[in-house]
Amino acid sequence: MDFPILTLLTFSPVLATAILLFIKNDQEVVLKNVAFLSSLAIFLLSLPLYFSFENKAGMQFVESYSWIPAFGVNYHVAIDGISLFMVLLTTFLTPIVILASWNAVSKNLKGYLVSMLLLETGILGVFVSMDLFLFYVFWEVMLIPMYFLIGIWGGENRIYAAIKFFLYTITGSLLMLVAILVLYFYHGGLTGEYTFNILKIQQIHIPLGYQTWLFLGFGLSFAIKVPLFPFHTWLPDAHVEAPTGGSVILAGVLLKMGIYGFLRFCFPLFPSAIEQFTPLIFILAVIGIIYGALVAMVQPDLKKLVAYSSVSHLGFVMLGIFALNNQGVQGGLIQMVNHGLSTGALFLIVGMLYERRHTRLIADFGGLAKQLPVFTTFFMIITLSSIGLPGLNGFVGEYLILLGIFLNNKVYAVIAATGVILAAVYMLQMFQRTMFGKLDKKENQNLRDLSKREIAVLLPILAFIIFIGVYPNAFLKKMEPTVEALIQTVKDKQIVSLNPEKDLAFKNILNDEENK
Amino acid sequence: MIDYVWLIPLFPLIGFLINGLFGSRFKENHIGTIASAAIGLSFIVSVTIFFQVLQLPASERSISRIIYTWIQTGDFQVNIGFLIDPLSLVMLLVVTGVGFLIHVYSIGYMHGDRSFARYFAYLNLFTFSMLLLVLADNFLLLFVGWEGVGLCSYLLIGFWFENNDYADAGRKAFVVNRIGDFGFLLGMFLIFQHFGSLNFNAVFSQAPEVLTTGLATAICLLLFLGATGKSAQIPLYVWLPDAMAGPTPVSALIHAATMVTAGVYMVARCHVLFLSSPFVLNLVAIIGICTAFLAATIALVSNDIKKVLAYSTISQLGYMFLACGVGAFGAAIFHVSTHAYFKALLFLSAGSVMHALGNETDMTKMGGLRKKLPITYRFFLIGALALAGVPLFSGFFSKDEILWKAASSPFGGFWLWFAGAAVAGLTAFYTFRLIFMIFHGRSRVSKEVATHIHESPKIMTVPLGILAVLAIVGGYIGIPHIFNKFEHFLEPVFTRYVHGEILESTHDLPSLELGFMGISILIAFLGIGIAYIFYVARPNLADEVAGKARGVYLFFCSKWYVDEVYDTIIVRPIKLISDLVLWRWLDIKVIDGFVNQIAHVIGKGSDILRRVETGVIQNYALSIVFGAVVLIGYFLLRQ
Repeated sequence: MDFPILTLLTFSPVLATAILLFIKNDQEVVLKNVAFLSSLAIFLLSLPLYFSFENKAGMQFVESYSWIPAFGVNYHVAIDGISLFMVLLTTFLTPIVILASWNAVSKNLKGYLVSMLLLETGILGVFVSMDLFLFYVFWEVMLIPMYFLIGIWGGENRIYAAIKFFLYTITGSLLMLVAILVLYFYHGGLTGEYTFNILKIQQIHIPLGYQTWLFLGFGLSFAIKVPLFPFHTWLPDAHVEAPTGGSVILAGVLLKMGIYGFLRFCFPLFPSAIEQFTPLIFILAVIGIIYGALVAMVQPDLKKLVAYSSVSHLGFVMLGIFALNNQGVQGGLIQMVNHGLSTGALFLIVGMLYERRHTRLIADFGGLAKQLPVFTTFFMIITLSSIGLPGLNGFVGEYLILLGIFLNNKVYAVIAATGVILAAVYMLQMFQRTMFGKLDKKENQNLRDLSKREIAVLLPILAFIIFIGVYPNAFLKKMEPTVEALIQTVKDKQIVSLNPEKDLAFKNILNDEENK
Repeated sequence: MIDYVWLIPLFPLIGFLINGLFGSRFKENHIGTIASAAIGLSFIVSVTIFFQVLQLPASERSISRIIYTWIQTGDFQVNIGFLIDPLSLVMLLVVTGVGFLIHVYSIGYMHGDRSFARYFAYLNLFTFSMLLLVLADNFLLLFVGWEGVGLCSYLLIGFWFENNDYADAGRKAFVVNRIGDFGFLLGMFLIFQHFGSLNFNAVFSQAPEVLTTGLATAICLLLFLGATGKSAQIPLYVWLPDAMAGPTPVSALIHAATMVTAGVYMVARCHVLFLSSPFVLNLVAIIGICTAFLAATIALVSNDIKKVLAYSTISQLGYMFLACGVGAFGAAIFHVSTHAYFKALLFLSAGSVMHALGNETDMTKMGGLRKKLPITYRFFLIGALALAGVPLFSGFFSKDEILWKAASSPFGGFWLWFAGAAVAGLTAFYTFRLIFMIFHGRSRVSKEVATHIHESPKIMTVPLGILAVLAIVGGYIGIPHIFNKFEHFLEPVFTRYVHGEILESTHDLPSLELGFMGISILIAFLGIGIAYIFYVARPNLADEVAGKARGVYLFFCSKWYVDEVYDTIIVRPIKLISDLVLWRWLDIKVIDGFVNQIAHVIGKGSDILRRVETGVIQNYALSIVFGAVVLIGYFLLRQ
C-alpha cells in the first residue's frame, strides 16, 4: 500500500466543498471556477488509475484500516477491472456537468455546486468500497445530494419527483440492509470472524434457500436503480424534473450503480440464485429493451424520450452481464461507459436547447439544423452513437452484448436485436423533428449556435465516443482478467452449490444465532 | 505497394476530415479539388496494386494485411484487416474509378449550393466506408463499411433537410436498412458460434467441415436478409425509390453504381456458404427475378425520370441476384461493374437534363430535347443502349451472360431464363420510353423554362464522356469465349474454397449459347420497337392502352401498394399500441398507478392512525391500562 490515491480521490470533492463554504454566496464566478477547477483536478488525479492499473484480476490500489473494530467494520477501498471505469466515468463527467451548469443555475449556486461535489464523493465511495458497511454508508449518502438536486433545482413538479426517487430507492436499500446484516451474522457464525469485508464473505458458501432471499434483498435494490422493468417509473419523472446536471449524473453514473451492485455482490455471493433468476432477469431485460424503445418512440418531450431510451439501453446491459460469458459481461461493462457518455451527452444537448428555448417539447422545434450548424453536428454524432453506429462507441457494447446473449440463448438475442432497429426509429425520428424540416417557428429563428464553453462541454465526450468506437481494446484489455475471474468464480460456485449437505450446516448456524 | 493498401481508404477519410471540419471556410473549387483528389489518389493506388497483383500467379492472388486488433474479448477477436483478391480489386476499381468521375461531375452540378462543403465531406465519407466494405477481411469490418455507407446514404438522401419529405426519405432508408442489418448481425453471431471466427479466410476454409445444410441455410437466410436491405430487393426494396430525393450525382454513385451493389458483393464473397444451401440459393434466384419483374413493371409507367432509373436499378440488382442464385457469381460481379458504368452514365445524364431544365424531373414536361442538349442526348443514348441490352454495348454482354447461366447452370432452369428474358424486354421498353419521352417528339417544356435550357459545362460533360466510353467497352473484357478475361481473373476467388464440378456449366455447347443470345437480342429490339411505336410513331397509343387496362395501369402506378400495406399493417399499429396501450395505459396507469396507489394507501393509513393521537391525556392513560391488562392476561394464561 503506497499512495492512498483512492481515499484522496473519494474525499477530494469534500475538500473542495470546504473551500466553497469560505466563499461568499454572491461571488458566483469564483464559486464556479473553484468547483470546476477542483473537479477537473480530481479527474486528472484519477488518470493514473488507468495508466498504472495492471491487466490482471484481483483488487488493486488497496487501502484497508480498521474503523469500528468491535463490529468488524473496516475502511477498505480498492478497485478492480469492473470498478476502474466506473470511477473514471464519474470523475470525467463531474467537471463536464459543472461546466455545463455555468449559466443554468441561478438559485443558490453554492448549494448546487456543493451538492454536485458531495454527490461525486458518494458515487466514488460506492464504487471503491470493499466493505459492506462502508458501501452501505456511501450508497445512502449519495441519495441526499441527489434528492436536493432534484427537489431544489428541478422543474415544476420537482417535489413529487424527488420524493418518488427517494422512496423508490430507500425501499430497495432497506431490504438490502437486512440482507447485509444476515450476511454479516452468517459469516460470523460460520467462521467466528464477524466482518463486513466483501472479499472474505465471498469465500464462504451460502446455501441455496438463503441465496434466494438474500439475492432478492440485494437484487431489488439494484433492479430499482438500474432500472429494470417494471421498476422504472421513477426514472422518467426524476429525469424530467431534474436540472440538466442532475440528469447527466443520474443517467451517466447513478444508474450504473445498480449494474455494478449485481456484478460486485450478487454474482460472487449468490451464484446459485443467479442461475435461478437468470431466466426471469432475461425476460424483464428484454421487455425493458422493447418496451423502453416503443414508449420512447411516442414521447412528445425530449427528456422523457431520452429517459425511456435509457430503460431500453440498460435492458441491454442487464442482458449482457447475465449472459455470463466474456462477450456479454465485457460488452455490458463497456456499454455502461458508452451509455454514460452518449446519454449523458444527450441530456446535455437537451439542456442546451432548454436554456435557449425554455421548452423541451419536440413539437416546439423543427428546422434547427439551418440555424445551429455546429450544434447539429454534435447532436448528430451523439445520436448515431446512441443508435449504435459502427465506428462509434455504442456499437462495440451492443454488439458484444448481443453476441454474448446469442451464445447463451438465441431467442432472447433475436428479440433484443430488434431493439437495434427500434433505436434507429425513435432516435432518428426525434432528430428529424427537432433539427430537420422548415425553420418555421419564429422563436427558433434567432437562436445562437454553441458557445465556446458549450463546445468545451461536448468535445471531450465526443472524443471518447470516437475513441472507444475505433480502439475499444484500450478498455476491454483492462477489464478482461477481472471479468474472466468473476465468471469463473460464479460458474465454479454454481457447481458446488449442487451439494445439499452444506445447506444443513447453514441452518444449524442460524439456529445457533437465534438461541443466543 | 500492397503493404500500403491502407492508403486507399485513408485518402477519402482525410478528405472527409478536411472538408468536414474546415470546408465552410474554403472556396468551392478548393473543396471540390480536395475531395476529388482524395478519390483520385485512392484510384491510383488501387490501379497500382491491381497491376502488382496481376504479376502474381493466379493461386497467390489473395493477400491479407492486418492493421491492428480492433476488438478482443475471450476467444472473440476481430482485426482491422484488409483483403486483396481479384474480387475486392474489381470492386475497388469500380468504386474509386466511377467515384472519382462522379466527384468531378458534382463540382459542376452542386455549384452554388449553400452546403457545398458538407456535400463533398459526405461524399468522401461514403467512399471511405464503401472502400472499407470491399476491403474488409472479416465480416465485422465489412459490417462497419456496410453501416457506414448506410449512414452516408441517409445523410445524402436528406441532404436538403429543410424539405421534410426528403428527410423522411432518408430516415426510411436508414430504418429499412436496419431491418436488413438485423439479419446480418444474427448471421454473424451464428457464424462466430460455429466457426469461432469472423475472418473470411478462417470461415470459408472451415466451411466444408463445419457446415451442415441446416446451418448453412440459417446463416445464408440471415445474411441474405441483410443483402435485401442494402441491395433493395423484395421485401426491403421500398427505400430506394424514395432515395431519389438526394442530389442526382448521389443517386448515381450511391444508389446505382456502388452502395446498392454491396449486397451482391457480400453474397458473392460468401459464395462458399451459399453454395452449401441449395434452398437459399434458389430463394436468392427467385427473389432476384421477382424483384426484377416487379421493379420493371413500375418503371414502365412512372413519369419521373429519376424514379424510372431507380426502379431500373432495383430491377438490374434483381438480375445480379439471379446470377448469384444460379451460382454464377462471376457473372453477377461482371454485371455489377458494367451496370456501374452505364447506370452512373444514365443518372448523370439525367442530372444534366435536370440541370438544364431547372431541376425538372417530370418527363411529361420534357420532350424534343435532342436538339437543345445534343451532347447529353448522345451520352444518354449510349447508356440506354447498354441498359436495354443492345449488342456491342456493355450491358448486353453481362446481361446475356446472366441469362445464359440462368438457363444452363445446374442451379438454373428454363423458367428462370424465360422470366429473365421477359424482364429484358420490359427493360428495353422502359429505357427507350425514357429516351423518346425526354428527347424525341414535340416539346412539352413550359416557355419560361425553355428559354433557360443550356448544355452542361465541361466539368460535367467530360466525366459523362469517360463513362460513356466505359459503358461501351466495359463489356468486352468479359465476352464469353472470345476474351473472357474477367471471368478468368475472378475465377480463383470462386474456386478457392469450392472444389469439384458445382460451378461447371455446359460451356461446350456454344451453338446453344448463341441461340439464347439471339433470342435476347431479338427481345431487346422488340422492346425498343414497341417503345418507338408507343411514344414516337403513335403518341396516343400509350394513353389508349393505359385507359383500356386501367386497373393494371393504376396498380403499377401505385407501386403495387406495397408502401401502403407496410404502413397499415406494421408502422401504424406499432405507433398506436406504443402510444395508447404501452405508454398511456400500462406505464402511467398500471405500473406507476400501482406505485402511487401504495403511497396513497400508506398516506391514508397514517391519516387514520393519526386520529389516535388525540392529545387528551385520559385517552392515553386508558390505552396504557388496557394494554397492561392484555399483556398480564396473556402471560397469566400462558402459564
